[in-house]
Amino acid sequence: MTKSYDVVMVGGGHNGLICATYLAKAGRRVLVLEANEQLGGGAATREFHPGFSVSACAQWMYSLNPTIAKDLNLASHGLQYAAKNLHSIALAKDAKHVTITGEGGVEGVSAQDKAAYREFRRKMGKFSKLLDKLFTVRPPKVIENNWTDRINLLKIGLGVKLLGKADMYELLRLGLINMFDVMEETFDDELLKSLISFDGVLGAHMGPRSPGTVYGYLYRHMGDVYGFNGPALVKGGMGSVGVALANAATAAGVEIRSAARVKSIDLTAERASGVTLENGESISATLVVSNADPKTTFNNLVGRRNLETNTVRRVKNFRTKASAAKLHLALDGLPEFTGLSAGQVGNRLVIAPDMHHIERAFNCAKYGEFSTAPVLDISIATVHDKGLAPEGKHVLSAIVQFAPGQLKAGWTEATKNAFKELAINTIADYAPGIKELIIASELLTPADLEGEYNMTDGHWHHGDISLDQVVMMRPFPGSEQYGTPVDGLYLCGAGAHPGGNVMGLAGKNAANEIIKRGGSA
Amino acid sequence: MSEVSVQQANDRETMLIHTPFHSRSSALNKLNSWENWKGFMVAHEYDDYELEYFAIRSQTGVMDLTPMTKYRITGPDAEAYLNRLVTRDVTKIKVGRVGYTVWCNSDGQVMDDGTIFHLAEDEYRLCSYTHCIDWLMWSAEGFDVEIVDETKQVAALAVQGPTSCSCLMAMGLEGIENLKPFGLTTFPFEGGELMVSRTGFTGDLGYELWVEPALAEALWDQLFAAGKQYLIRPFGLYALDMARKEAGFIQAAVDFVPAEDQVRVGRTRSPFEIGLGWLVDFNKPFFNGRKALLKEKENGSRYRFVMLDIEGNKPANNSFILNKKGKVIGTVTSAGWCPSAKANVAFGQVDAKYGEIGEELITEIYYERELHWTKVLAKSVVVKGPMYDPPRRRATPPAPF
Amino acid sequence: MKKYDAIVIGAGHNGLTNAAYLAKAGLDVLVLEMNSYIGGATVSRELHKDWKYTNCSYVCGLLRPEINRDLELPRHGLQVVPYGGGVTFMENGDYYGNFSDHNRQHREMARHSVRDANAYERYGADVTKQTRLIRKFLLRTPPDPASWKMSDIKEMMVLAKTVMDMKTDVNFGDTLKYWTKSVGDFLDEYFESDIIKAHLGGTGIIGTALGVYSPGTAYVLLHHYMGDVDGTAGAWGFTRGGMGAVANALASSFKSFGGEIRTDAKVKQIMVRNGKTTGVALEDGTEFYADIVVSNLEAKRTFLGIMDEKDLPEYVIERAKNFKSRGSSGKVNIALDGLPTFPALPKGTPLMAGDFHFTDSLTRMEKAYDDWKDGNFSRDPYVDTLIPTLTDPTMAPPGKHMMTCFVQYCPPKIQGREWTDADRDAFGQTVIDQVANYSPDFKDLILHAEVRTPREIEAEIGLTEGNIFQGELTFDQLFSNRPFPGYGQYRGPVKGMYMCGSSTHPGGGVMAAPGANAAREILIDLKRNNTVPEGYADD
Repeated sequence: MTKSYDVVMVGGGHNGLICATYLAKAGRRVLVLEANEQLGGGAATREFHPGFSVSACAQWMYSLNPTIAKDLNLASHGLQYAAKNLHSIALAKDAKHVTITGEGGVEGVSAQDKAAYREFRRKMGKFSKLLDKLFTVRPPKVIENNWTDRINLLKIGLGVKLLGKADMYELLRLGLINMFDVMEETFDDELLKSLISFDGVLGAHMGPRSPGTVYGYLYRHMGDVYGFNGPALVKGGMGSVGVALANAATAAGVEIRSAARVKSIDLTAERASGVTLENGESISATLVVSNADPKTTFNNLVGRRNLETNTVRRVKNFRTKASAAKLHLALDGLPEFTGLSAGQVGNRLVIAPDMHHIERAFNCAKYGEFSTAPVLDISIATVHDKGLAPEGKHVLSAIVQFAPGQLKAGWTEATKNAFKELAINTIADYAPGIKELIIASELLTPADLEGEYNMTDGHWHHGDISLDQVVMMRPFPGSEQYGTPVDGLYLCGAGAHPGGNVMGLAGKNAANEIIKRGGSA
Repeated sequence: MSEVSVQQANDRETMLIHTPFHSRSSALNKLNSWENWKGFMVAHEYDDYELEYFAIRSQTGVMDLTPMTKYRITGPDAEAYLNRLVTRDVTKIKVGRVGYTVWCNSDGQVMDDGTIFHLAEDEYRLCSYTHCIDWLMWSAEGFDVEIVDETKQVAALAVQGPTSCSCLMAMGLEGIENLKPFGLTTFPFEGGELMVSRTGFTGDLGYELWVEPALAEALWDQLFAAGKQYLIRPFGLYALDMARKEAGFIQAAVDFVPAEDQVRVGRTRSPFEIGLGWLVDFNKPFFNGRKALLKEKENGSRYRFVMLDIEGNKPANNSFILNKKGKVIGTVTSAGWCPSAKANVAFGQVDAKYGEIGEELITEIYYERELHWTKVLAKSVVVKGPMYDPPRRRATPPAPF
Repeated sequence: MKKYDAIVIGAGHNGLTNAAYLAKAGLDVLVLEMNSYIGGATVSRELHKDWKYTNCSYVCGLLRPEINRDLELPRHGLQVVPYGGGVTFMENGDYYGNFSDHNRQHREMARHSVRDANAYERYGADVTKQTRLIRKFLLRTPPDPASWKMSDIKEMMVLAKTVMDMKTDVNFGDTLKYWTKSVGDFLDEYFESDIIKAHLGGTGIIGTALGVYSPGTAYVLLHHYMGDVDGTAGAWGFTRGGMGAVANALASSFKSFGGEIRTDAKVKQIMVRNGKTTGVALEDGTEFYADIVVSNLEAKRTFLGIMDEKDLPEYVIERAKNFKSRGSSGKVNIALDGLPTFPALPKGTPLMAGDFHFTDSLTRMEKAYDDWKDGNFSRDPYVDTLIPTLTDPTMAPPGKHMMTCFVQYCPPKIQGREWTDADRDAFGQTVIDQVANYSPDFKDLILHAEVRTPREIEAEIGLTEGNIFQGELTFDQLFSNRPFPGYGQYRGPVKGMYMCGSSTHPGGGVMAAPGANAAREILIDLKRNNTVPEGYADD
């Protein structure tokens, strides 16, 4: 059976669905092909034990672009929050926890640190707003530019100027450096420094001392511009995002096929002309848009022999050093954390005692080892969303860093179990009775995430968000405005500007670019 | 004593390398005049470069070709791999044939030129000027091929000149006279194998001989014994340079900058810009530089390669090329006197607007006589073909002499 | 009391360069130096009888050739002799030798990896491409991006033109990538062999409180490739008589223009009246007067040390407090009774004349950095060792030798506390052991050793926390941001007060560019004839 479409989308992750929906709204006939049964890609709900479900990959919602939510009418398509504006609580063994509240304040520190935090947030908020200007457009070309680029550059340049001299100097100074130094010069409380700097290294192959982590922090905090005052929980788990997006897409006329794994992107006279599925079926289209990560797209789907050697080299040099694992626990009851009330455990709980601790945890990852003292970002979603577990039971989901995708010893049952034990023991240090509550547990290493969600090396962002891999360098020079070196092939996933997290802008920007180029460009 | 030998062993690894013919070539190098060719020691001149040159044109000249960078490319994807690498259609180079080609980067700029020897099914040799195994390996991502630098594992001689076929026949290479240009064949030799290709860099009748290093000296000896009556003699790189210019052959790093080694933007050239557009085949599957080259073909090139016939006999090295109004439109990359063609040739790069065949340009030449410098604005005509192109170069079988 | 036109605080190479240019323009200039000797970190000292130690900076390659010629330093006794060689020893008993002859280097590299030897050609071209871009801006004053002044807009246009000259966004993107990635990632993109990456990677961390896999270190590598000796880009040399010869030549040039130097003159304070500098007061109470006061000191020492808080805007104090000047290196200088043998090397090899390294993988380098992060000196340090006496016979008696070891990493404090003599000795021993691992007779040849940790470096020559670049070379402290945003043009916050040390653009290394650039700005402010070279003449 051969059927022709304007656009065939490879991958039904959130960016793919968003891109497809915008394209369909612009009148394109779009087909989305998703390898898994479930849509949403990294926004997934997983029943890891009968009756117990968790958000398997991304666990918080904190930066979905509100324009997208509105344009796609996601609320009416079923996107509901079980909780919003949650606190982030850095756990202390002596129960002197530090809390960043949903209202943007901080508790448990000195008045001086409270004031410093307000000023820090004010500054960072301004920078985030500026980043928003950059994130909502295609990365401007600086040399071979056209009017669109020039206007975008002008807007961003003007935005920089409008920061005012003092904040502009701060942006130039801080924009490219590390969290460690900024924390040291701004705050006194070690736990607060650690909690804030942790946001700069989440999902990254970096420690607080790595230059570029301030960018990582700003990236993580785009939600502050998008109406999120702290993390939110999606009702039914992150998989509901996929469902809502799929509903929106279908309503816009997008055709969706799940469990349809694309084997190759086909070329006709060096132009992308369609795809072939694993079952042998060929589908032709005027354009192919890939929501898959750049390595998968170029190496596996297009094939390196159809690419320039220079491109092959750039794809290979695109770094995908994933360092985050996921821990899932099915619990017989709500665990007790020292110094936290039952009402508080539903917040975002962070175990990262101080910045040196995070840095040392990262040290291990540099040498292909998992952290001997990992840092964790914990969510007990069942506090807010009872439906994820049987009555009275709970699920705990945690991001555990650092766990390199390419573990030197290899991810075997033994190494997995060892790291899982380590993670559970670390939680037990703060929630002493938790082990007795565990009914079932699983650890998803980056290697597992790769297998489950088809992301190279299990990298959430499809590739490191480090300064040499952002904006016009994402995924690499020569493939920077969603178009690729292959005519007729576009990227719309986290491997393209502005990158990952459930933000949706890569998908939206890609759609805009495709629509702008018109016809069959 | 032992310390000295340790040092020698260590130094030897990083010294200028002797080729397997060194015992023979050094015995004949009366001038002790050597050159460094990509780390190997080869004769610049044996006793008289002019006589060496004329051996290529009138008798048989022999040159040690071992330093030529050689890669062995094998595996089920070897053909597909090479076809993606170079601009020519490699599927048209059948087993037993050799093809001259260029390869480009993604901007369609020439990285190098060289020859592809189709040795057997799934087995090729690529000869290049540059050391480029890193590029070859990058290009091999996604292909089932093996690439080995075999420069040191293969000894080679260029046997060039009107009597070269006779020499090889006298050596007992039966049927060699039937080998067509760009053909290759093998002979049993001293328990091993001798490969002969009808190729060369002189523009004359000629062959290249390839053997394992252990047989190198025997090859040299037998060849020189057989060729004695045909006035065989060795020649060095100086004579080769004279011959290649006369024959219209450009050279990497002289007539163009290898693309990925460029430092300054815009200094590289496409195949069209160095006169090798004929090597670009758009009718074959995808290859490196295709998109950029197609675009260039549509939009036009920036530069044009010209071969100039320059009046007078003053060599035009390092000269500017002017149009008739005296405006600088380009520069000379190689120049020299052509002793057989009795012509003064130069290769140059000019603005693509200029340089049509037959166009008259001016070359600004400076020369010195007894510390007295003279500037000439020499009339220079753009010519089509090489200055010297004898029919014997292509004749099969070649006439005895 | 006599009033000078200008006073320069600190007779480091930048102070002297600055003073020489001011004097050349006809100003009456006084240079004040706290030590009894001049040169700052550009110094040769006889700390063991008959041995001269080039005990801080130890090689010369970045010194801008324009300044060398312009101030006629060769005529004033400066002789820069390029050195060849260099070797990285491997734990398995082999080594990688760095030959200056291109073909020989290729063959040596091919001994370890043919692919890497080939890739080095591409690597070399790419590094040269980037350094050419940076070089253009060494002898220029960075623009203030927040300013609307004509001179700043003009300078921004120079920047813009440099970008436009790259012709394609791919070239531009590649350049941005080089400047933001880590030296480890950069090398991984070209090379496969640990030893070659390790040999090349060292320059990405020298003087830097970062590891080889910290983003931004590729720039540090480029920073070390920016120099040239006799037109050979990236080459390094010795100054005959040690680095002190640079200071001596600059001082001689300065004096030939009528300048005056006072040593043992430690400045206590820059005097300010009505928002203008009036001169300086020394610790001993002496005062000198001038309308122009230039500080060659590091930014922290300048603003927090010799200026009164009430004379400064709060912003400057805040920035100076947070200026990053963490030391990351130490030095061990050794007098040797003879030439140590390194059995891995062939006897009499020319490789000995270059720098030795004992770290054969980037992983070992990164682990050395982990120790620094934890507040310790590296247990397995990266050492850049040279024996200048194989090239320069003036540094030790005939047949004897001097060895200089630059050591990375060495923290300004040990586990947060001050260094003790015992710590220093342990550090020295670690370095000596590192060398001795590869040279069995080395320890027996040691006649004297001087161990310098950040503590000694700060105490003796006033480099805060022992940072050899007068402030780290990270993005927040480079170009227009050096030392602080808004103060990247050599002018201080007080009228008449200027900065000319390595805390200013383009940063550390014996380059003399900050001193020259500062002089240019001063002369512009004074509306004097300005002869300071600008830009870069290379095509």
